[in-house]
Amino acid sequence: MSQQHHITLPEGSIEKATTTLNLGPTHPATHGVFQNILELDGERIVSAEQTVGYIHRAFEKIAEHRNLYQITTLTDRLNYCSGPLNNMGWHMTCEKLLGVKTPKRVDYLRVIIMELARISDHLICNSIVGVDSGAFTGFLYVMQYRELIYEIYDEICGSRITTNIGRIGGFERDFNDIAFRKIQKFIDEYPAVLKEFEDLFTRNRIFVDRLVGAGPISAERALNYGFTGPNLRAAGVDYDVRTVSPYCSYDEFDFTVPIGTTGDCYDRFLVRNQEMWQSLSIIKQAMNKLADLKGADATVYHANVPEYYLPEKQDVYTKMEPMIWHFKIIYGEINMPKGEVYHSIEAANGELGYYFISDGGRSPYRLHFRRPCFIYYQAFEELIKGGMLSDAIIVMSSLNLIAGEMDA
Amino acid sequence: MLEHNQYIQQKLKEKFGEGVYNFEETYDTLHFEADKDLNLKILNFLKSDEYLGFAFLTDLCGVHYPDNKGKELAVVYNLHNMAKNIRIRFKVYTDITQPDIFTATSIYATANWLERETYDFFGINFVGHPNLKRIMNVEEMDYFPLRKEYPLEDQSRTDKDDEMFGREIMQRPMIN
Repeated sequence: MSQQHHITLPEGSIEKATTTLNLGPTHPATHGVFQNILELDGERIVSAEQTVGYIHRAFEKIAEHRNLYQITTLTDRLNYCSGPLNNMGWHMTCEKLLGVKTPKRVDYLRVIIMELARISDHLICNSIVGVDSGAFTGFLYVMQYRELIYEIYDEICGSRITTNIGRIGGFERDFNDIAFRKIQKFIDEYPAVLKEFEDLFTRNRIFVDRLVGAGPISAERALNYGFTGPNLRAAGVDYDVRTVSPYCSYDEFDFTVPIGTTGDCYDRFLVRNQEMWQSLSIIKQAMNKLADLKGADATVYHANVPEYYLPEKQDVYTKMEPMIWHFKIIYGEINMPKGEVYHSIEAANGELGYYFISDGGRSPYRLHFRRPCFIYYQAFEELIKGGMLSDAIIVMSSLNLIAGEMDA
Repeated sequence: MLEHNQYIQQKLKEKFGEGVYNFEETYDTLHFEADKDLNLKILNFLKSDEYLGFAFLTDLCGVHYPDNKGKELAVVYNLHNMAKNIRIRFKVYTDITQPDIFTATSIYATANWLERETYDFFGINFVGHPNLKRIMNVEEMDYFPLRKEYPLEDQSRTDKDDEMFGREIMQRPMIN
């Protein structure tokens, strides 16, 4: 238990004692399985201790016993609100180690899917902030469009939450026409919805009063605590992996990195909203770039790396070469190069890093996930100390704490 | 080697001499190893030096090398200079019989939980840590699960073994 600070009460007041409150592990406001042990003086928070690990699944240990393509399914269980982002980050880490170059079209398709995932993640986070401050309507409005995003995943990979999208070198199959039509539908309809969502919240007096000044953090403290992503940008640091170390052809896209000033809940909310507009613009640009590709470049959906890319099933049954590669990959008979690689992407919550040590075997010698959520949840006590209990709830939802990402 | 990496290497060599070694550049990132007693001095120097300015601790984790006698456990620091966008990484090794390493919590607040995680999985004792206890696993656990000798599956299973993954079968001590 962290140190308690007792508030000295004026002479003559009745003897004061703090109350211990367990917020979580299964509480409607935690939106996931993690616990806060709060020490309360009335409704004011004296101290807090965070407990994580309730859904720890030992992914790092499991990964040491699996082939690369089997680890993809572990990664989409990290931040399960934006699984494709984690999948893509993992594929790019492997590609960096194996020296695989992806075609431009694959990069653009990946950008589309990653930005859709970012929108769905931010959408949930911001609408949950609304729910926790008593405004349920926005959550229901936007849910339809998260559903549309999930339908797009469904068209591309056949599943919705634990997506397992993509392979090393590209995608398992090309996006079909329905997927493209749905993406176009999303581009056409989503601006009006996001506008309506913003109209409901951004200048709403009750909402603004609840959020402004709740859980602020300075840029300096945020950096010291290892904040990344929207939470760091809300504190005023324009750090975004997409612009600082561009991956997946992000350097060809034109977008801005929104930042806040005070790092409080309201700034985090605004930064996420602005990022959704930017993501939408990136998706539009990517669609245009796809339309500009000519000839063979316009149909390719994976790199030509038979030793790592799982061949198509129909070829496995009918052709010799793909059948050999299929078995070699599935049985894990392909050795990786030796080396250490750290690759990071801008996931919805910040810098999602994969630190991968290969000893030349068929599975990683050591794989460490840098989970942004786990790292910035440390600062929770500092953010809520001295505030009201109801503020702590808002801070929790505006940080976008995802239990799957915290525990790995 | 990239120019800035060469410069960093030179500065570290000047400051710590024989204490830092095995410099290497992979994927544009400078990587080196250091004496474990120097870890705080190096972190402090990397953070406070005007040119270096590695003010952001990206990641900290442990690695177990059972064959590396006397240096079985490693702690890896991933640092980032955001202004110049330079990343570096360094490792310190420790003996598994007395895995004591100084804590970096006074320099980076990030290190707090990352070190607890490393303690939890590898049993590295971070000397001076304010709250060094298990974070992911139950507190009653009496082993450190990410060390290589601990099997993934329970002992009775015979259908999965490390041989399928290109490695020799590890010596598996019975737990409890």
